[in-house]
Amino acid sequence: MIHWQVIIPLFVFLVIIFIIGFWANRHVRNSNSFLQEYFLGGREMGGFLLAMTMMATYGSASSFIGGPGVSYNLGLGWVLLAMAQLPAGYFVLMILGKKFAIISRRYEAITLIDFLKKRYDSNVVVFISALSIIVFLFASMTAQWVGGARLIESLTGLNYIVALLIFAVTVLVYVIIGGFRAVALTDALQGTIMIIGTVILLIGTILAGGGIDNIMGSLLNENPQMLTPFGSDGSLTPLYVSTFWILIGLGVIGLPQIAVRAMSYKDSNSLHKAILIGTVGIGTIMFGMHLIGVLARPVMPGIEIADKVMPTLTLEVLPPVLAGIVLAAPMAAIMSTVNALLMLVSSTVVKDVYLNFINPEATDKQIKNRSFWVTTIIGLAVVLLSLSPPDLLIMLNLFAFGGLESAFLWAVVFGLYWSKANKYGAISSMIVGLVLYIAIYQLAPNVFGMHSVTIPVLASLVTFVSVSLATQHKTALNNTNL
Amino acid sequence: MNDKRFKIANREARIGVVLVIINFAIWYGFAYGLGNGDPSEYEYIFGFPAWFFYSCIAGTIFMIILIWVAIKVFFKDVSFQDGEDEK
Repeated sequence: MIHWQVIIPLFVFLVIIFIIGFWANRHVRNSNSFLQEYFLGGREMGGFLLAMTMMATYGSASSFIGGPGVSYNLGLGWVLLAMAQLPAGYFVLMILGKKFAIISRRYEAITLIDFLKKRYDSNVVVFISALSIIVFLFASMTAQWVGGARLIESLTGLNYIVALLIFAVTVLVYVIIGGFRAVALTDALQGTIMIIGTVILLIGTILAGGGIDNIMGSLLNENPQMLTPFGSDGSLTPLYVSTFWILIGLGVIGLPQIAVRAMSYKDSNSLHKAILIGTVGIGTIMFGMHLIGVLARPVMPGIEIADKVMPTLTLEVLPPVLAGIVLAAPMAAIMSTVNALLMLVSSTVVKDVYLNFINPEATDKQIKNRSFWVTTIIGLAVVLLSLSPPDLLIMLNLFAFGGLESAFLWAVVFGLYWSKANKYGAISSMIVGLVLYIAIYQLAPNVFGMHSVTIPVLASLVTFVSVSLATQHKTALNNTNL
Repeated sequence: MNDKRFKIANREARIGVVLVIINFAIWYGFAYGLGNGDPSEYEYIFGFPAWFFYSCIAGTIFMIILIWVAIKVFFKDVSFQDGEDEK
């Protein structure tokens, strides 16, 4: 079934995004520092842009589609868990904060790996970092991409391949020609749509359910456990839920796609504004969308496929034009995540692999050329992989999350704040974190009732500190002005 | 090495850690402190179970206000370029 009232707002949204891409391309063509412009938008972001691009990059398909679906089945306990994401709004920017901004300018770092390379002075660090970014974020990008295509498919009735192509063409064109500036500007639009969409749908659902009292009453009748912090099946133990603070709150510092944004803003004032706006934005979206999932249950009982809860609910409780705007929100969330990942993987290949290992002497023209081509090829590769899509959307996404956090968190934090941190500590902690995470995830997920990421993050912390201390004599404090 | 700006940055990072600890305490304390009992005996505030209202709604609003105050009171403007600050 084709819903025109839904398609028209989506179409308008895509057109605006295209225009932004072409506008940003003028900056890319006129810039005298191509790498900094293309991959960091010239470090000119203000507070609102920074907040929006952080929030939109962070908020993905799982916030709008997967998450509400889980809430629908587990109840208020899952909303509680989702609120562990609030620190992603302020903690990340406060920790990376001014120090990262100053140091990355001093090092003239364009990517997170640039920073690590100069800080630890080690090609092994560069290699492990580049490899894990490319592998994990490629997987994560594919998952988001599939989510985007599926969403278009379910909204428009087009078949999967056509939907995939529409999504791919839109994203690829504006990212390739506009670079980071286009990504950040479209993120601002997408982030705004995400917030507005959440608020509209929340109000619509409460009205459709006859008020909160009424909805809570129905839930209590159906299964009182829905109203507890422990989940409808009692599976959400305090320990398990608490460990999500590491995965989706504190550990977010270690996500390269987030960290790179913390080197792209203009001044202190932008940072201060972004912390506040970002926290309000993330709070609104995470609280709103997950609560909507719970409230949807009495309003629309019996939805079997969790991922269909949000789209079905929207079409049911909202008038068509509003539904179109709200359904642009998950689309926006997916695009704004995908575009950041594409930019990041591309910058890793160009700056950290090509310029570092293959051709350090590349001319400006070569770099420009390679950047466009690499971005295009990676984009097309993702499209090809998305043709036979893997299933578990959230799972893949969280896999990448946990893997990157285990690898990068301590290397970044100690790199900034601990002068004794050295390359031996960094390398060993990255390896321990990555290997342990993959092993636990595969062999004993959620071991000891904690999320799989907990032990790898703690183990890489211990490894980092002990190895750095034990090898102090080897690195006569390489003077990085920390 | 003894860049003044880094002192400011370190202090702000510590404030971030303190805020996150407060956030966690509010979130955990209200959720499991008030939510432990039998759901049929829950108190309700604005239609929500009390634990949920305090932990997820009031707690979040409180954190946002606290963050706003922390930024206004403690966060300082510094230049990000080297060499501009040494007046």
